[in-house]
Amino acid sequence: MKALATLGYVLALPVLLVLLWWALTLGAVNFFVPTPGTLVGKFGEVWFGPRFFSDVLPSIGRLLVGVAAAIVIGVVGGVLIGSVRWLRALLEPVLEFFRAIPPPVLVPVLILLMGITDSMKVAVIISGCVWPVLLNTIEGVRAVDGVLSDSAHTYGINGWARIRYLVLPSASPQIMAGVRQSMSLGLILMVISEMFASSSGLGFTIVQFQRSFAIPEMWSGIVVLGLLGVGLSFIFQWAERNILRWYHGQKEVENAA
Amino acid sequence: MQLDTTRPAQEAMLSVRGLKKVYQTDGGDIEAVRNLTFDLRAGELACLVGPSGSGKTTLLKCISGLMAPTEGEVLLDGKRVSGPPKKMAVVFQEYGRSLFPWMRVRENVELPLKNQGVPKAERDRLVDEALEAVGLSHVPRSYPWQLSGGMQQRVAIARAIAYQPEVLLMDEPFAAVDAQTRADLEDLIRVVWKKLGVTVLFVTHDIDESIYLGERVIMLSSSPTVVQEDIVIDLPDDRDQLNTRALPRFTELRHHVYEQIQLAKKGHRPAAAGSRSAGRPDVA
Repeated sequence: MKALATLGYVLALPVLLVLLWWALTLGAVNFFVPTPGTLVGKFGEVWFGPRFFSDVLPSIGRLLVGVAAAIVIGVVGGVLIGSVRWLRALLEPVLEFFRAIPPPVLVPVLILLMGITDSMKVAVIISGCVWPVLLNTIEGVRAVDGVLSDSAHTYGINGWARIRYLVLPSASPQIMAGVRQSMSLGLILMVISEMFASSSGLGFTIVQFQRSFAIPEMWSGIVVLGLLGVGLSFIFQWAERNILRWYHGQKEVENAA
Repeated sequence: MQLDTTRPAQEAMLSVRGLKKVYQTDGGDIEAVRNLTFDLRAGELACLVGPSGSGKTTLLKCISGLMAPTEGEVLLDGKRVSGPPKKMAVVFQEYGRSLFPWMRVRENVELPLKNQGVPKAERDRLVDEALEAVGLSHVPRSYPWQLSGGMQQRVAIARAIAYQPEVLLMDEPFAAVDAQTRADLEDLIRVVWKKLGVTVLFVTHDIDESIYLGERVIMLSSSPTVVQEDIVIDLPDDRDQLNTRALPRFTELRHHVYEQIQLAKKGHRPAAAGSRSAGRPDVA
């Protein structure tokens, strides 16, 4: 019963929006706005076929590899920079500089340096996704509670054990907040990396449809991106619930008190 | 009757010698502890009381190796303390911030042992015993934040016991729990101390608590801190929340310690500041 209610809440607004869209396009013949029926037809036709393997899967693959690499680099770098004072003093101004550079401007440069390859596209995704994770991890590592840190220290929990049992779990709420930002950023960068001089991928296909005035097909590609975002968000929420179970539980107890 | 507080090195489990701590701040140096010297013999339960701001926590941090003293030294079993020693466990006042909230009760107690590479079977035995000793055998799968304050502090005590320290330092451990829980925890400390034969240094600002718990009470002066007085608590060994506290001797000791603390607050310092003082109070 509860699951049914949740499902109702999840689906209510999408259903309403589609109905509205259907009603508004009922008598219209605007070339740029397809009806829901046309779009669903095109959606199946375009995406459930060879394109799924030649464009959708490679895009998702690059996205996942890029985001995963960004998370690893961000967490490892963040733990290092957050723990070592002089490193932080040395790197912080430089980090601000690099963070300010919008990753799309790097695409032409990376094409020159790395060629039009999968690695180039992954590099674009990493160059943007690494910042939220890195900066959040640094903050999380710096905010480790003093008493907790003293406790660990008195029990001889140092070095790697300290990172594993104290620093990483303690910073995990901030790290997860960074990961969440990275994932939506990753989707955007995935599309952008495929818009320049590419020959496959979701971004490439959507641009291709635009240029050939295949408007319903273009819209169907945009729907794929939206659905991908929703899917990623669900996976993230599931992972977050498991990793931060203690954190949410503690917050609930604190708020109740 | 003179109390001899310095002993030959081999007899003292914990020696604090000429300890001085000065904090360097932007606003100038702050002398938190001026000159502290005292010894604890093995198996002793001593309480440290002093007015608030008398540098109790600073002293404890120096003893536990979390902070380096400006001058003087701390010896544990004859060896100079330069970092947190293996034979020492500390229980902090802030129980809510000293347990790992992402670990269950059992994992919290187990972690220091796991980190030391104690074999699993041995670890399980020690953790079971420790949880049993503090009366928490029924909640190993709970998270600390699901427990009351008193129970969380019990978990912290269990973690310290399981670690099998030779010296147990407690920094106002019961200051943040309610009065009834506090009485239970005080008795728990006496029981654990007797059972394990561990040396305990119990820091508190509560005069009654220091007399009820300790075999000895070390009083600190106000900052910059020296030992104001060091007295033996000659109450019967079997202590009881109702009867011990009702003893005339308890009241006398309480009066004496209270007076000394009041003097300390007014800035009165023992005649030979810094040297250990002479023993039993002249009361009754």
